[in-house]
Amino acid sequence: MEWETVIGLEIHTQLNTVSKIFSGAATAYGAEPNRQACAVDLGLPGVLPVLNEAVVRKAVMLGLALEAEIAPRSVFARKNYFYPDLPKGYQISQYELPIVARGHLDIELEDGGRKRIGVTRAHLEEDAGKSVHEGFGTMTGIDLNRAGTPLVEIVSEPELRSAREAVAYMKKLHALVRYLDICDGNMQEGSFRCDANVSIRPVGQTSFGTRTEIKNLNSFRFVERAINFEVARQIDLIESGGSVVQETRLYDPDRDETRPMRSKEEANDYRYFPDPDLLPVAVHAEAIEAIRAEMPELPDAKRERFARDYALSARDAGALTATRELADYYEALVAAGGTPKLAANWLMGDFTAALNRSELEMAQSPVAPAALAQLLARIQDETISGKIGKEVFDAMWAGEGDADAIIAARGLKQITDTGAIDRIIDEVIAANPSQLEQYRAGKDKLLGFFVGQVMKKTQGKANPAQVNERLRARLRGD
Amino acid sequence: MTLDTLTGWARRLQAREISSRELTELYLGRIERLDSGINSFVTVTRDEALAAADAADQRLAKGERAPLLGLPVAQKDIFCTRGVRTSCGSRMLDSFVAPYDASVVERMNAAGAVMLGKTNMDEFAMGSSNETSHYGPVRNPWDPERVPGGSSGGSAAAVAARLAPAATGTDTGGSIRQPAAFCGVTGLKPTYGRVSRYGMIAFASSLDQGGPMAASAEDCALMLNAMAGFDPRDSTSLQRPDEDFTAGLDRDLKGLRIGLPREYFGDGLHPEVRRAVQDALAVLRERGAEPVEISLPNSGLSVPAYYVVAPAECSSNLARYDGVRYGHRCSDPRDLMDLYTRSRAEGFGAEVKRRIMIGTYVLSAGYYDAYYLKAQKVRRLIAEDFRRAFGEVDVIAGPTSPELPFRLGEKSADPVSMYLSDIYTIAANLAGLPGLSMPAGTVGSLPVGLQLIGNYFDEARLLNVAHQFQQETGWHQRMPAAFA
Repeated sequence: MEWETVIGLEIHTQLNTVSKIFSGAATAYGAEPNRQACAVDLGLPGVLPVLNEAVVRKAVMLGLALEAEIAPRSVFARKNYFYPDLPKGYQISQYELPIVARGHLDIELEDGGRKRIGVTRAHLEEDAGKSVHEGFGTMTGIDLNRAGTPLVEIVSEPELRSAREAVAYMKKLHALVRYLDICDGNMQEGSFRCDANVSIRPVGQTSFGTRTEIKNLNSFRFVERAINFEVARQIDLIESGGSVVQETRLYDPDRDETRPMRSKEEANDYRYFPDPDLLPVAVHAEAIEAIRAEMPELPDAKRERFARDYALSARDAGALTATRELADYYEALVAAGGTPKLAANWLMGDFTAALNRSELEMAQSPVAPAALAQLLARIQDETISGKIGKEVFDAMWAGEGDADAIIAARGLKQITDTGAIDRIIDEVIAANPSQLEQYRAGKDKLLGFFVGQVMKKTQGKANPAQVNERLRARLRGD
Repeated sequence: MTLDTLTGWARRLQAREISSRELTELYLGRIERLDSGINSFVTVTRDEALAAADAADQRLAKGERAPLLGLPVAQKDIFCTRGVRTSCGSRMLDSFVAPYDASVVERMNAAGAVMLGKTNMDEFAMGSSNETSHYGPVRNPWDPERVPGGSSGGSAAAVAARLAPAATGTDTGGSIRQPAAFCGVTGLKPTYGRVSRYGMIAFASSLDQGGPMAASAEDCALMLNAMAGFDPRDSTSLQRPDEDFTAGLDRDLKGLRIGLPREYFGDGLHPEVRRAVQDALAVLRERGAEPVEISLPNSGLSVPAYYVVAPAECSSNLARYDGVRYGHRCSDPRDLMDLYTRSRAEGFGAEVKRRIMIGTYVLSAGYYDAYYLKAQKVRRLIAEDFRRAFGEVDVIAGPTSPELPFRLGEKSADPVSMYLSDIYTIAANLAGLPGLSMPAGTVGSLPVGLQLIGNYFDEARLLNVAHQFQQETGWHQRMPAAFA
């Protein structure tokens, strides 16, 4: 039987506010345990939550970017359950009336097409603390630094049809929240994590199969592998006569498999009700317009502009706008004089490779856009060849100075004097009589050999096109 | 030294006829001597009180003025006090010391108040008799075999016995007004949002409201001046211009329309209580007020609606007492579930458990619409009743409680009959309206309370009516003989 995969994602995005959603405590990552948990975060008796306005602004920005409805009135509810790292015995979340509803996100498919994925809702909630199981013997430690960190949970429609699509959606959303500067996007620290609802059904069937939920996937690779494993597992199960049980599962990257999770409670009746400590959140039309006016250019718009203004292919424009940092760097590079096509190639090629090799973020790059622009200018005006350019770039990356200084110091200026090139060609021909004979006998391939010898003697500084042209003439005996 | 009122003491402190230290020692001495008979205090903060009194005396000596400067008061043990245990009447919090002051405490301290100690109360403010306290029942100073009402029974009894000139209370369904009526003192539940709930341990968040309890309306006005005000730490706190609640006390009552809801004078009202209330209303009429019979048709729904909403909120509010971070923890828990179940089973008393169970039930999937949602709709109907009534009248009056203070143990076995003792007070909480109870007469030696309910933010009017009544009558000046 042919199976169709049905996936919906719930993405927990940590909003990058300075303080928590309902208290003044800092949200910074990595502090000593429980040093960033105030009385409100600890759920001490008598304390009350007060909503952080910045959280609402960021949620509205997200809603606008998803072309969603911004609720004029949304309501915080209490989700009641007991867990040691949930200090109040309830999580403040939004239930019936979320702040954002009915939006969408367009993803690019591998065949170059686009697909619109519905976003059911995005609601605000507070994060819980962390249980620490190592280092306390038979006890469990509780770290409440994360308790009260603002999250927006973005829920997609079950419209994703493969692990690849799920990853494309997640990457697109990741780029979007970075563009909006509402989330630092740091997946290792859990700032952007995903629960995947996965089911299968026979192709052509309209009703959904029983789904499982894979919790807490914190990398694109894990999302893809977890879904692929889960789909295969479900197909095996059904084809061997079994049936899928609706349950929560955890992905184990070491074994590359999903396993049923130890359930938090016997039954999940969260007894939601509106939180009487908080008033409904009213977002007025004027406030929405004010936020809209301050919105940065979004990835899709930027990609179209790049393709148009810089005459880039759709593919290049898409790659360069994949992150806001890369796009900003590219624009700075072009503004500093880099020609658009050459700048694009360098950025997506050597520059990105160097970043990856050094394990650096864009912001930590040792080569600034203006410096790179100077290098590109030297390639453009044929002071050096593209190949020498790579050497200069590596030296720049290593901190040896700017392009001109490196070219001068290393004597890399291209030899354009035809007399000098001819002298070297003659030397090479004279030193290789048998190759010359074979070439003249029709073995054209040997041209490459002669070019290589000339380039070697000039240490790559000769203009390759010029060498080719002159070498051909000399070999013919002109 | 003859005992004065809070307002009287304030005058004498300003006139330097007495020092705050002398005054504080006077009340600490009374507590030491007399409280064993009524158990109104859970904690007496002698050292802190004397230090605060000395500080107040220094400020007084410099000619400083502040609303409560140098005046001793008691705090209900539901208000968090930095460095002093806040038990909320529960074993669960028997060892809990808050690292912060409740906003009310902070405001009163800033106003110069001297805290004598923390008063006894029904556990987590759940009760109408003060019998659910982990620290034992409070006894009514008028008759130690009878209850003082609840949940602010410790504050009411302390003020009635003159162990403190004034105290704070909280009122979720009548917890200030009913004990005020039972003990013969004046107590005011302000408009919801008038007094900050920050640091006031939550029972039912949408109903809880702190307020003053004192011997007279004038004293309550002085207290409210210090207690009320916007607080950015409480999202339900209301931004209102500052008001001096003592300013309008002397207005006469000519033309004041007093609504008498027929539902508040029906069956179930003790005949002697009815007589005392009617006598009190006659006094108001003589002062120029005009009685108007009105109807609050949905009154009968207030107790059932309340016993859905309040337990629902309490079941969630009390989830934080899990033995993990603070409060009672059972010994040697086997695992997490054991830690939860035993800590909570041991830490909470029977009434609290009953309400947590009711609340958990009414919020459960499949029951939410039938109970919680319906109760919220009833709440709107009740508020609508009042809205209509306040189109016709300025204040609403009636008995605070349908009965006289009952005997200890009399209702312990029958929670529903206990719940019904708040039948006239609950509606004001459901609607968020201010309500006041004042001594209106007696049956034998037992006090009877008259309740006044006002429109939103009309506390000044309630205090004005009560003050005018107290200019004419001496009920509020009576003192139980054993405490004279």
